[in-house]
Amino acid sequence: MLHVKKGVTVNRPREDVYQFWRDLENLPRFMQHLEMVEAADGGRSHWVAKAPGGKTVEWDAEIIEERPNELIAWRSLAGSDVRNEGAVRFTQAPGDRGTEVHVELLYDAPAGRAGATIAKLFGEEPSRQIRDDLRRFKQVMETGEIVRSEGNLEGAGQGVLKQRAAQAPEAEARP
Amino acid sequence: MKATCWMGKGSVEVRNVPDPKILNQRDAIVRITSTAICGSDLHLYNGFIPTMKKGDVLGHEFMGEVVEVGHGVKNLKVGDRVVVPFTIACGNCWHCQHDYWSLCENSNPNAALAETMMGHAASGAFGYSHLTGGFAGGQAEFARVPFADVGPLKIENGLSDEQVLFLSDILPTGYMGAEMCDIKPGDTVAVWGCGPVGLFAIKSAYLLGAERVIAIDRFEYRLTMAREKCGADTVNYEEVDSVTETLIEMTARRGPDSCIDAVGMEAHGHGLEYMYDRTKQALMLESDRPLALRQAILACRNGGTVSVIGVYGGLVDKVPLGTIMNRSLTIRSGQCHVHRYMRPLLDRIEKGEIDPTMVITHRMPLGDAAKGYDIFLNKEDNCEKVVLSA
Ligand SMILES: NC(=O)c1ccc[n+]([C@@H]2O[C@H](COP(=O)([O-])OP(=O)(O)OC[C@H]3O[C@@H](n4cnc5c(N)ncnc54)[C@H](O)[C@@H]3O)[C@@H](O)[C@H]2O)c1
Ligand SMILES: [Zn+2]
Ligand SMILES: [Zn+2]
Repeated sequence: MLHVKKGVTVNRPREDVYQFWRDLENLPRFMQHLEMVEAADGGRSHWVAKAPGGKTVEWDAEIIEERPNELIAWRSLAGSDVRNEGAVRFTQAPGDRGTEVHVELLYDAPAGRAGATIAKLFGEEPSRQIRDDLRRFKQVMETGEIVRSEGNLEGAGQGVLKQRAAQAPEAEARP
Repeated sequence: MKATCWMGKGSVEVRNVPDPKILNQRDAIVRITSTAICGSDLHLYNGFIPTMKKGDVLGHEFMGEVVEVGHGVKNLKVGDRVVVPFTIACGNCWHCQHDYWSLCENSNPNAALAETMMGHAASGAFGYSHLTGGFAGGQAEFARVPFADVGPLKIENGLSDEQVLFLSDILPTGYMGAEMCDIKPGDTVAVWGCGPVGLFAIKSAYLLGAERVIAIDRFEYRLTMAREKCGADTVNYEEVDSVTETLIEMTARRGPDSCIDAVGMEAHGHGLEYMYDRTKQALMLESDRPLALRQAILACRNGGTVSVIGVYGGLVDKVPLGTIMNRSLTIRSGQCHVHRYMRPLLDRIEKGEIDPTMVITHRMPLGDAAKGYDIFLNKEDNCEKVVLSA
């Protein structure tokens, strides 16, 4: 069982931050391991995550609790390979500091192949991945997109070892 | 294009590399007309800043002409002439909006790495290791400028490149060093280091109302510049037994009201103390040699301010914290919040209050960058500042 809690402060009004997250289809814009989230009726959604070796894993989820501008909680539907649940809370940061976003995720990695896949999905340090995702979320909310550098073409969340020298990419390497 | 690349400790080469490309909507591409070598580049050259990668394009002081803009840049157009601040800042985050641009919360893709080393991360910067984001620099023919809608300052008044180029870094840095001293009438300010940053700190201290500025270095040609171009009194630290005692005596035992460290992590010195720091640094038990900083702290008047604009990278030894505490000293520091100062300093240049060209001693084509590094590092040929034209 993976249990991760991380937070970030976003310099935007609470309504905006909540709205962006509530549209679950936005999540892949900053969650690196997600390929796609498709929202369906009744608070249901279909999630596709990247898995090692170019494969994907998929599951369905439903929103189990929702309080506008305060909280969104979701859980995978019974029978999913990847049992997981999550909640994100939005609170007013003190003074003029914007909005605090607190994320909590629980992943139940079952025994066997699916379990191994989940473990790999999150690398050895799941809390680091969530922290990087939240950093990217903040960038998208505050600046409009993920910030890229020549050494980090994919933006925040690449380990130092994967980084290139700080030179422009060749034309075809452009993301 | 041609670009100055870091090839390892003590080695830079001008090489052919791919042209920069728009990677974010708020990027612009600038064709560089003038660029400079900074004392900060020497820390990279000498291998004191970790996380450099072979091939990194160097350079963070540059200006030129906009040749391409991303969809998100509405305030610049192709053909505009701009000076680019060395710190990269988004303009949207809390720190940018509170005028702390070198602490931008979004511009450093490697913030996680910086957090591990420093607790929190600072902003991204051009050509300054992967700790500040892995951005390609501007000692090149072209550069990509992120957040081009926020950083670059348009130059529309016909001032020459040499008059405005240093708005990118060293003029604001020297100015911030003096501003942090919170200078009051009658104040004496001491400035360690008569490199370009030190000279601009001296000049700025006078502009901000200092009564007297005392400059410290060992190169006679640099001390002469401090006297003749900036009006400072000078101390050659090789000619006195104790810099601290000299300064205290020069101020009839009050000590300078504020002290500016414009030297940084590679301070030079003599005797046991210098040997101690060099040895510890070589053994990687200490990352920086804080000789100037220690003197600044000891010399400073009771209740005075020590302003640190020389760059430090990590850990230092034997900083007299007891002195700071018992004598009510204030330490202020930071990578320059360049965006804060560009416009007001451009005004001062236009009014003729400051002439930044005074620091330039060497002009060369970009292709000679390696030679430029060498001369500037070794303070040969009375070198103060090298400007490269691309
Ligand atoms: N805070 C910022 O944003 C910022 C920006 C630009 C540069 N810097 C830093 O400012 C510092 C100076 O830059 P520069 O371009 O003027 O470099 P520089 O190498 O030209 O000048 C440094 C000077 O310090 C002198 N010096 C060395 N040891 C000394 C000592 N013990 N006492 C007195 N003087 C001593 C040297 O002789 C030299 O003249 C560097 O550390 C650079 O990284 C900081
Ligand atoms: Zn510089
Ligand atoms: Zn910012």
